[in-house]
Amino acid sequence: MLQLCCPWCGVRDESEFRYRGDATVVRPPADAPVEEFAAYVYRRVNPHGWHREWWLHTGGCRMLFQIERHTLTHELRNVTSPGTKTAAADIAAN
Amino acid sequence: MRYSGLRLLYEGLRGHRGWPQAWAKAAPRPGYRVVIVGGGGHGLATAYYLATEHGCTDVAVLERGPIGLGNVGRNTTLIRSNYFHPDNIRFYDFSLQLWERLERELNFNVMVSQRGTLNLFHTEAQRDLFTRRANAMRLLGVDAEAVSRSEVKKLAPLVELDHGRYPVLGGFLQRRGGTVRHDAVAWGYARAAAAAGVDIVEHCEVQGLRCSGGRVTGVETSRGFVGADIVCLAVAGHSSRLAAMAELSLPIETHVLQAFVTESIKPVLDVVVTYGAGHFYVSQSDKGGLVFGGPIDGYNSYGQRGALPVAEEVTAAGLTMMPSLARLRVLRQWGGVMDMTMDGSPIISKTPVTGLLLNGGWCYGGFKAIPAGGWCTAHLIARDTSHPLAAHLDLGRFAAGRTVDERGIGPYPYLH
Repeated sequence: MLQLCCPWCGVRDESEFRYRGDATVVRPPADAPVEEFAAYVYRRVNPHGWHREWWLHTGGCRMLFQIERHTLTHELRNVTSPGTKTAAADIAAN
Repeated sequence: MRYSGLRLLYEGLRGHRGWPQAWAKAAPRPGYRVVIVGGGGHGLATAYYLATEHGCTDVAVLERGPIGLGNVGRNTTLIRSNYFHPDNIRFYDFSLQLWERLERELNFNVMVSQRGTLNLFHTEAQRDLFTRRANAMRLLGVDAEAVSRSEVKKLAPLVELDHGRYPVLGGFLQRRGGTVRHDAVAWGYARAAAAAGVDIVEHCEVQGLRCSGGRVTGVETSRGFVGADIVCLAVAGHSSRLAAMAELSLPIETHVLQAFVTESIKPVLDVVVTYGAGHFYVSQSDKGGLVFGGPIDGYNSYGQRGALPVAEEVTAAGLTMMPSLARLRVLRQWGGVMDMTMDGSPIISKTPVTGLLLNGGWCYGGFKAIPAGGWCTAHLIARDTSHPLAAHLDLGRFAAGRTVDERGIGPYPYLH
């Protein structure tokens, strides 16, 4: 069981949250070639290590936030609310 | 040595001391025409069909550990072809046809048991969806039938038909579906491929792909460089990591899927049952344990272990479907890593690097597809063109907008 730290509600159990995918993908400009859009929609780095991702606090404030999670150890760090560039908090994995 | 009943009797009388090693432990040679990375079901089947269907025996299968300890030996052993998209029905039914003759072909008892796959439905809308799927299958000559509540009772007496919230209205049955002894599939293909001249190299980890001028020239391994004209990746779960060695990114995320086995009991279930009001499927192994599973854990993971929330969800769904399972204890639980693709369908394809091919993206349905996956990958390697049954599984389908999204979910691997 992961324990995620919601920037608004604090530490809660994984079962309150929904995963919303890779947070590193960036939408290309509207005039970008179709290959760039295909890469944006479909291609992923899928790292064996730290992964910046979106979570939605469905069972709480229903806000989205980003977190870095290690895909092998499930260690967590650097929770940020959307639009924030810097780390808001470091928390340890359960 | 050919296995037979007579040989079993003869060796039995000699105390089983005369059985030779099933396949030769090869050391890697400096170069091959084809190197297959990954000695799982798909890698071994590809090597076997390359040797037997295409006469290409200058082939090595490189496996990081011993044969049979990867996903091929860690799944829930189900085979079926009850899909909806015509391309998928054809591909998976060809696989089922290969399963049906596999034991004779490999001279190996892989314990194919066509005990039937029964999907339950609980609402009229769900019945209509299953009817549509059954009709799609029957139009292509694949067996599928609707069964009534009383037939469900007869097929699987443990199912709670009159559950207050999710009563069972009936089922969708594919009688040719069933189970196969998963370890034996790895051993059978390894033995037959080695006998046909393929080098099966265990404890040989691929650590890099050597490319030159946009074409692959070989692999760097823990046992030295091995040159190759064609390198085929068959490492589902880790496809992204291997592709990254050639600076490719794939439409794949790695996710963990759990499976469970209970203590062994006398026969209570001789059909595979899938619940319709939650994600749960169960069959009884020949040893007597109930083998069951559910959805993926839901977030990218390379950790070969599962978390408790999904274990609880799966168990709850199982107990709603068959309340009497509450009396059983779970003996083992484990997690394996899956290539989850952006449309939930696999990939058998060339890549932008010449000579580098990919067999992967099996999501959590790779086991049933082993014979057809191997067959079509061998065809792609030997003939340099996609097999007609797997032409829709190419990498180009994503950018071209012709994804094969069986459940209509969209590009969200964690939802497939």
